Amino acid sequence: MIARLSSSFLQTTAAAGAWAVELCWYGGSLTLLLAQTIGGLVARPLRRQAFVYELWKIGVQSWFIVAICSLFIGMVLAFQSAYQMQQLSAEIYIASLVSLSVVREIGPVITALIVAGRVGSAIAAELGTMKVTEQIDALRTLAADPVRFLVVPRFLAILIGLPVLTLWADALGILGGFLVGTLRLDILPSLYWKMTTLALVFKDLFSGLLKSVIFAMIICVVSCFEGFRTEGGAEGVGRSTTAAVVSSFLLIIAADCLCTALFYFVWR
Amino acid sequence: MIEICGLSKAFGEKVVLENANLTIQRGETMVVIGRSGSGKSVLLKHVIGLIKPDAGTVTVEGVDVSRASGSQLDQVRLKFGMLFQGAALFDSMTVFENVAFPLQEHTGMSGAEIEQRVHECLELVGLSGVEDLEPAELSGGMRKRAGLARALAVKPEIILYDEPTTGLDPIMADVINDLIVALRDRLKVTSVVVTHDMRSAYKVADHIAMLYNGGIVEVGTPPQIKASQNPLVQQFIQGQAVGPIQEGLPDRRILARWSSRHGGSL
Repeated sequence: MIARLSSSFLQTTAAAGAWAVELCWYGGSLTLLLAQTIGGLVARPLRRQAFVYELWKIGVQSWFIVAICSLFIGMVLAFQSAYQMQQLSAEIYIASLVSLSVVREIGPVITALIVAGRVGSAIAAELGTMKVTEQIDALRTLAADPVRFLVVPRFLAILIGLPVLTLWADALGILGGFLVGTLRLDILPSLYWKMTTLALVFKDLFSGLLKSVIFAMIICVVSCFEGFRTEGGAEGVGRSTTAAVVSSFLLIIAADCLCTALFYFVWR
Repeated sequence: MIEICGLSKAFGEKVVLENANLTIQRGETMVVIGRSGSGKSVLLKHVIGLIKPDAGTVTVEGVDVSRASGSQLDQVRLKFGMLFQGAALFDSMTVFENVAFPLQEHTGMSGAEIEQRVHECLELVGLSGVEDLEPAELSGGMRKRAGLARALAVKPEIILYDEPTTGLDPIMADVINDLIVALRDRLKVTSVVVTHDMRSAYKVADHIAMLYNGGIVEVGTPPQIKASQNPLVQQFIQGQAVGPIQEGLPDRRILARWSSRHGGSL
């Protein structure tokens, strides 16, 4: 009995150790790729055509889904808070609640999750396919750095595209709350707008945008890394795509928690 | 000259190369033969520094590729052209852009000069007029020739061919063989060809090396290889199932039992 427990304990400890090593290796690899990407961004001229194309794919092709999701989330937030606020006769604070929630949290996080699902998966699938069809090896044999050629334009495009999309999501989220507040809860439009602007300070907008920059780095580096380490054929590409989305989601939520704690509880 | 000394490589538990040695003289065409999965492509990727060895060295014109730094390796790679098994054309680019890519990256050539060089390379491989097509619109043979045109664009001193005739019909395979011979004769390039197509090997090779169990077991001219007394070489070049090479082959006793049960013979 004791021998069996001891063996089981050893196995669990070994598995936990292997998992910790894997986690450290993963974190180290992502950091290394981020450093190489920033190095590539600084050191060499940018491939402008590729950058513009990626910006178009990330920004322009995502604006509609971001708009729809943000609008509905703004409306849902207003409905949910109205349900509570009406019991306190404090419906007027719905404007403040919606705007703060959207600008600080919902806008940056929802936009990042949408972009991770839509763009991050596409990046992992594209680079994964390039890996299994030896196109990345071909780049190396042509003395072209895959990081500079493939990662840098995407990195810069997401770095610019995601904060812009976040601003767009913020605006649509506030509009959703505004529509519910004025049309359904009979708050005067001017009053709703005044309560919104009174609640928001520069720090709210800045912290939201700073978070979106961090999320952009996460999405690009994780997706490119998963694409680069693809092995096998179509199944391998599928695995990388799933891993890119799942890892991005987890890291975005973890980074959001860390940033919120830093911005609102450490650096007040 | 390319010198491979004591090259060893394992992927996890699987040992692919073990103390492989091979010397390729400048201007010659060396064909490396061996069974599928014997490590021929891995050997080729070591030559251009795509894979780092566990032990041993690969020296190209005096530079140890296995230990070269990033920029040093890029300098060596500019001497190479490589034709991949599936051509590895960039999907997001047209044929013209694929062939122009190394010129745009590594030469100070003007747009007109690049255009002229791309047309020359495509003409050399018999692909004029497909400049604006996407790789997905090309047949297998056209893809390989486009890949070869890209490899030739920077006028390499060494060309590596990974299974250049695999998956092609016999006529197109012969076209590729003719191209390999013509490039050696006209441009005096050093070539390393990895294949298990013996017809192709005899046609293009100055020397043939056989890879088996991670090492080079025989090197010789095509007539020497044909006359080799090594049973491994004889079994491989004659394409026989019976012989000393049995790894990965089905057990003949099981096949015989299956055959007798079903009323046939092997």
